[in-house]
Amino acid sequence: MLRKFWSGTLKNLISSKSFHTSGSASAGHLFTHRDTPENNDATPFEFTAENVKRAKDIVSRYPVGHEAGACIPVLDLAQRQNDNWLPISAMNYVAEFLNMPKMRVYEVATFYTMFNRNPVGKYHVQLCTCTPCLLGGTGSDVILEAIEKNLGIKPGETSTDKLFTLSEVECLGACVNAPMMQINDDYYEDLTPETTEKILEACKRGERIEPGPQAVDRFSCEPAGGLTSLSSKPTGPGFGCRPDL
Amino acid sequence: MLRLLPNSRILSKAIPPVNISYKARECASKAAETVEVFVDDKPVQVQPGSTVLQACAQAGVEIPRFCYHERLSIAGNCRMCLVEVERSPKPVASCAMPVMKGMKIKTDSPITKKAREGVMEFLLVNHPLDCPICDQGGECDLQDQSMNFGSDKSRFTDNQFLGKRAVEDKDIGPLVKTIMTRCIQCTRCVRFANEIAGVSDLGTTGRGNDLQIGTYVEKMFKSELSGNVIDICPVGALTSKPYAFVARPWELRRVDSIDTMDAVGSNIVVCTRGGDIMRILPRIHEGINEEWLADKSRFSYDGLKRQRLTSPMIKDESGNLISVDWETALLRVCDAITSVKGAEIAAIAGGQVDAEALIAMKDLLNKLGSESLNTEEIFPMDGSGTDLRSNYLLNSSIEGIEESDAILLIGCNPRYEAPLLNARIRKAFIHNEIEVGYLGPKIDLSYNYQHLGDTTTSLENIKSSQFYKEHLSKAKKPMIILGSSALQRADGTAVFAKTQQISNELKEAGSSWRVLNVLQRVASQVAALDIGYRPGVENVRNNKPKVLFLLHADNETVRREDLGKDCVVIYQGSHGDQGALMADIVLPGAAYTEKEGTYVNTEGRAQRTLVAVNPPGLARNDWRITRALSEMIGQPLSYDNTNEIRDRLAEMSPNLVKFDTVEEANYFKQSEELFKDIKEKIKQDSFSLPMIQLKDYFMTDPITRASPTMAQCVKANNKEA
Repeated sequence: MLRKFWSGTLKNLISSKSFHTSGSASAGHLFTHRDTPENNDATPFEFTAENVKRAKDIVSRYPVGHEAGACIPVLDLAQRQNDNWLPISAMNYVAEFLNMPKMRVYEVATFYTMFNRNPVGKYHVQLCTCTPCLLGGTGSDVILEAIEKNLGIKPGETSTDKLFTLSEVECLGACVNAPMMQINDDYYEDLTPETTEKILEACKRGERIEPGPQAVDRFSCEPAGGLTSLSSKPTGPGFGCRPDL
Repeated sequence: MLRLLPNSRILSKAIPPVNISYKARECASKAAETVEVFVDDKPVQVQPGSTVLQACAQAGVEIPRFCYHERLSIAGNCRMCLVEVERSPKPVASCAMPVMKGMKIKTDSPITKKAREGVMEFLLVNHPLDCPICDQGGECDLQDQSMNFGSDKSRFTDNQFLGKRAVEDKDIGPLVKTIMTRCIQCTRCVRFANEIAGVSDLGTTGRGNDLQIGTYVEKMFKSELSGNVIDICPVGALTSKPYAFVARPWELRRVDSIDTMDAVGSNIVVCTRGGDIMRILPRIHEGINEEWLADKSRFSYDGLKRQRLTSPMIKDESGNLISVDWETALLRVCDAITSVKGAEIAAIAGGQVDAEALIAMKDLLNKLGSESLNTEEIFPMDGSGTDLRSNYLLNSSIEGIEESDAILLIGCNPRYEAPLLNARIRKAFIHNEIEVGYLGPKIDLSYNYQHLGDTTTSLENIKSSQFYKEHLSKAKKPMIILGSSALQRADGTAVFAKTQQISNELKEAGSSWRVLNVLQRVASQVAALDIGYRPGVENVRNNKPKVLFLLHADNETVRREDLGKDCVVIYQGSHGDQGALMADIVLPGAAYTEKEGTYVNTEGRAQRTLVAVNPPGLARNDWRITRALSEMIGQPLSYDNTNEIRDRLAEMSPNLVKFDTVEEANYFKQSEELFKDIKEKIKQDSFSLPMIQLKDYFMTDPITRASPTMAQCVKANNKEA
């Protein structure tokens, strides 16, 4: 809310006076826990038998006495089990599981932005709005607009049917294929408003569109329209070396 | 020394022993020679492994710092201690940088100055300019250092429009007030909670600009040492709730004193203004409290202003206490005393009486022909009893805990009976990797221990326990700490005899290390026993005295029903508590902050309190009341001032006036011999403790029972639980 106020009203006010300011540096999340009906101490959470096995396997990769090292992977496991978000009870459960103070788990869970501490929709749409994505292709601002129009939600919001949550995120490391978004674990790249819409519509139908570059005909992060260099057959070992070597 | 903490012991709750040889590393560094470094071209010899900051301190240059604290692990996150080191590409954080041979450190160079100014500029970007309404004002590290090392302007003008970062305040209990916007994230409080207090409730949440200190979930900082985070906070983010908006540091008069809330004898500074106590702070004493102070000692001072007895009182016909002047009251006491035989007079001393009052009372009663001088706290009197000093002292001393390599605790909860002693054990647990065994009901001691059972049977079979075989018997310097509550059982003598026997078996021949330790719970007990009081009130119950003096005795060890109908009870003390309730005559005495008193702590270390404020109303220093009474009875005591009464104390027991020295107490073998005749058997039941949880800790004596802050602590703890 506050952030919107700053970026909206106040920015206009300031720009009308022709001052330059940087945006508010807040991530917009709350870094303290508030009990809600769906997220409190009593929210049921327990690893499934299968996940207990997995978690134990993860813990076994760390030395005895350093079980706390497994905090991130075990939290991730908990998040995957629990519809892609971590209630406070899950953090407590992990603390208990790893025999570490609860606060240490809270520290980890609040530090990493990929841990969702509030419920998210079935599809967590994370749109990169960093500079390369803003400049590349159609630009992430256009994609953002398309998503907002299609889903009827703003960044940080969840659709009423609990199907989608939209987040603006920092660089996801796919700048070559800008603009891009991540839906759950899938990267959708080289987006245009049309392909974006297509992907979202497919999600609504419960289908999955093949992740990867969408509009441009290319494989992964290879150049569009085929390779421009290194196109010949790779030379074998020993190329250009003295024969006696 | 660059302190690398064995994180495993701090961070996790239960750790199987990991053999990392810290001792070996220490030995290696000891063998190595010193390293020469140059601080501002001045050569200094420092221990290898020291930090640049320590080297500078050795050279007499103080480096500004926020996150660095000698007693905590190194964080290196505030960057205030940046200094230029020759041939280093950029300024180094001196608190975390180990010295290297021939290092040339420049603490006053343009680069260092620029670095400090830059860091200070960043710190002040989001720090509110509310010094005029900040309780830390005047004793704020940020304030002082920005004046000394900061620039006079900032390049950050954004926040004139966007505002500074605002952080929500946390509610962490009735003692510590948080104004989180002022926080500069030095994480001293987090490290204190993790490392010293052993309560991992504080932490940092979020990241980057959103990083904040807190508990994440709304939660009380449940520690008996919580008040110390106020002292270590370099800014006004954590301040004292009871002291909020009360006084400014430059208005306060500081009087060095001794705490009497437990038998540790923490050194304190009583801060007063206009004859009123404003707050109590710890004073550094490496042998006792280092620089920490327990919450009860720090925050119970408001109990000194409430429920006070301000004038002498006598009971009228209707049974109500009415205020009278001193003469009337003392005459009434005279009448009572002169109308009975000397042997029919008795006295009971409470837990917070100074040695001066104790000896005056003893001398008076002895003059009158009575030997019935008792303390509220019980101690077994059979065998060598209290004749040998080593029987009732913490013989290996508090500092000795750090040398020890295995500790066995029997029937005590040091965490609440002596919080700072417990902090020492935790320190030894973390840094020296000692093993702790514990006999008694399961409790949280803030460190891991091997629970050896909660019954006396476990004490008798201790030798067959794994802990004894593997740790205690192999230890070079084992310690056994016996709680005074274990001695107050009906079979206290037998428990003591058994403990003594175990201790003496562990003692190496020829070694001066003392194994047996008794942990007292009240401040006056050691002095009382040194002077020759008899522990326990059995005597009074059995003999039914005609006149009974209660000297600050408020723990209801003797009730009205236990006494004869015609018994005249004279209460002399500071608070209208249980003692005054059953008294016929009330003589208002002084509390520990209001008199020059001698207290002997559980180690046997005599320490002095000084007068910080005057006793309220007509209340008077306790030994002077007794002195006046002796004059009226016609048996005047031989001392008229503090020096003279201290001479008398020296006559009685020289250690009572050898201030701040721990006199060795020995004769363990002889003591054991004397206990051999005891036929009493240990009863088969479990040890019980008077203080199990934190909420039991706060209200234990007349002062804390009168304190609203302590009452709030109990309330908050009940709510939390």
